[in-house]
Amino acid sequence: MNRIAQTFAVLQSNRKKALIPFITAGDPDPALTVDLMHCMVDEGSDIIELGVPFSDPMADGPTIQRSSERALKHHVSLINVFDMVAKFRQKNTYTPVVLMGYANPVEAMGYENFAVKAKDAGVDGVLTVDYPPEECEEWVKCLEQHGMDAIFLLSPTTTQLRIEHVAKLAKGYIYYVSLKGVTGASHLNLRDVESMLAKLRALLSIPIGVGFGIRDGATAAAVAELADAVVIGSRIIEEIEHSSRSEILNNVGNLIASMRMAIDAKRDQN
Amino acid sequence: MNVYDLPNKSGHFGPYGGVFVAETLISALDELREQYEQYRNDDAFQKEFTYELKHYVGRPSPIYHAKRWSEHLGGAQILLKREDLNHTGAHKVNNTIGQALLARRMGKNRVIAETGAGQHGVATATVAARYGMQCVVYMGSEDVRRQATNVYRMKLLGAEVVPVESGSRTLKDALNEAMRDWVTHVEDTFYIIGTVAGPHPYPMMVRDFQTVIGKEAKIQMQEGYGRQPDVLIACVGGGSNAIGLFYPYIDDNAVQMVGVEAAGKGLDTNQHAATLTKGKPGVLHGNRTYLIQDDNGQIIETHSISAGLDYPGVGPEHAWLKDIHRAEYVGITDDEALEAFHALCRLEGIMPALESSHALAYAAKLAPTLAKDKLLLVNLSGRGDKDMATVAQMSGISL
Repeated sequence: MNRIAQTFAVLQSNRKKALIPFITAGDPDPALTVDLMHCMVDEGSDIIELGVPFSDPMADGPTIQRSSERALKHHVSLINVFDMVAKFRQKNTYTPVVLMGYANPVEAMGYENFAVKAKDAGVDGVLTVDYPPEECEEWVKCLEQHGMDAIFLLSPTTTQLRIEHVAKLAKGYIYYVSLKGVTGASHLNLRDVESMLAKLRALLSIPIGVGFGIRDGATAAAVAELADAVVIGSRIIEEIEHSSRSEILNNVGNLIASMRMAIDAKRDQN
Repeated sequence: MNVYDLPNKSGHFGPYGGVFVAETLISALDELREQYEQYRNDDAFQKEFTYELKHYVGRPSPIYHAKRWSEHLGGAQILLKREDLNHTGAHKVNNTIGQALLARRMGKNRVIAETGAGQHGVATATVAARYGMQCVVYMGSEDVRRQATNVYRMKLLGAEVVPVESGSRTLKDALNEAMRDWVTHVEDTFYIIGTVAGPHPYPMMVRDFQTVIGKEAKIQMQEGYGRQPDVLIACVGGGSNAIGLFYPYIDDNAVQMVGVEAAGKGLDTNQHAATLTKGKPGVLHGNRTYLIQDDNGQIIETHSISAGLDYPGVGPEHAWLKDIHRAEYVGITDDEALEAFHALCRLEGIMPALESSHALAYAAKLAPTLAKDKLLLVNLSGRGDKDMATVAQMSGISL
């Protein structure tokens, strides 16, 4: 069993939901990223999604775009991101790390080269935003051969036929994008999420994480009631943006802790 | 004989093209593809499109023999396909009319567009006014500053112009932002892409609307010259005017095709936009194609005197035509383009767009090497009024 499957198995046996924070590697600067990863784990995160900065993040809203721009000011490349994961692994061998990014940096490096280096560094899964299932069979095979999970997005507008297609390729967990639009949007309709998740569960055997639009403990807890995992991205990036450098670890840690507490408290009520 | 019939069903031209977008955009693209497939073969749709091109745009655009310039160069005869005479002054309107008609049939009353210099933005704002649609144009804030006149033109036509502050604040960032708008307002919004890039079906659809250029040329050449040209020459940024001229000739191997990219300050500098000449294949803006990128796969800012060619990608069909050696792609520098601009003004009384001046400059290089009975057909894709400030500045004159 790999780290992602192991993590969900343990959570499930404890009746707990996964908390998955997203940060961009190298934001606000490369020296802070590994500390941030450890801090988020210490405060109750189960899986870390680490964004690979890209010059043209078409599916992201302004907040995550800015985080990418800050990281690129430091010329953060895939090699740097692998180094950060390897450094994280020196102290943490159990928390899964999923890289999230766009196709072009992967293509520039080459599939095989990427997979070997990512695996060596200790990466567990890869979500390539602009590789829909139709365009990435070879890529998915390559990840699989190197023992990493291809994570896929599903959206409210994904058809039944496509869900079935994704079900055949997806490993680890599914990232369900709970709203139309880009990352950082703010209105979340829980009833819509609930009905779509029922549809997804019927077709998918892996855990489902929900992201987009989760702003606070209350929404995190409400989503955790429905899904297996809660993904939080823009809200954390905002915390990084609004904190002075010396406060970042403390403030992001507090935010994660409050989300964790809200999610667990809701479970204990039920 | 092999008949060229690309893209395939999934939108690929060999390894290029395709649909490289986040899941959130897939259903919108599926809807667009299905609807376009239907109207592509619909007589009433095609009839309305043709009617609009004739009565609103003023087509067919003539082919003009640039006799004095040809004589001056002393070689092959240069013929100009006069897209600059279209309503709004460029080929762009052929495409925006086609997409606006499709938007209407799909019941979408809000159109959005990205624009660099503002030409596609103006062409979109124009058809939005013509058909009574709401129009939002995304434009890099850097371009908004450089192209104040076109921003005002769009506003006069009733469009809202949104300055984009992200990334390099130019065309590619405007495209990113328009995609973000589309994914958020997909129910009532149609995204009119201005060139043969983006995810399938855009490269095919925009090409289809622009092929009116090449189809007319084939008829006009036969009528006026009793034969087809020896060489077709067109500038390539995204590549819509070039593919519009080339496409009907692809199976006619006797006709050579040359796409002219912006070599900016020189192909050996890092200030150019010669994607096919100097770039490497990758994935951007929904398709696989050649890109100007660094070793880490980050997209690099490009440079050209002509804002319309200043784009780090290129249409995937051009990438394929390059790889199969059906078309050849060359670079022309800022200075060479400027020289051709002035030559056409002085010798023919035609002020070409700086984009088109790149194609003209290559014709001026090629013509003297060929016999006098050879025919070069250059796509004069737009008129140069919009570029007067740039040209004046380059000549050290303030207006």
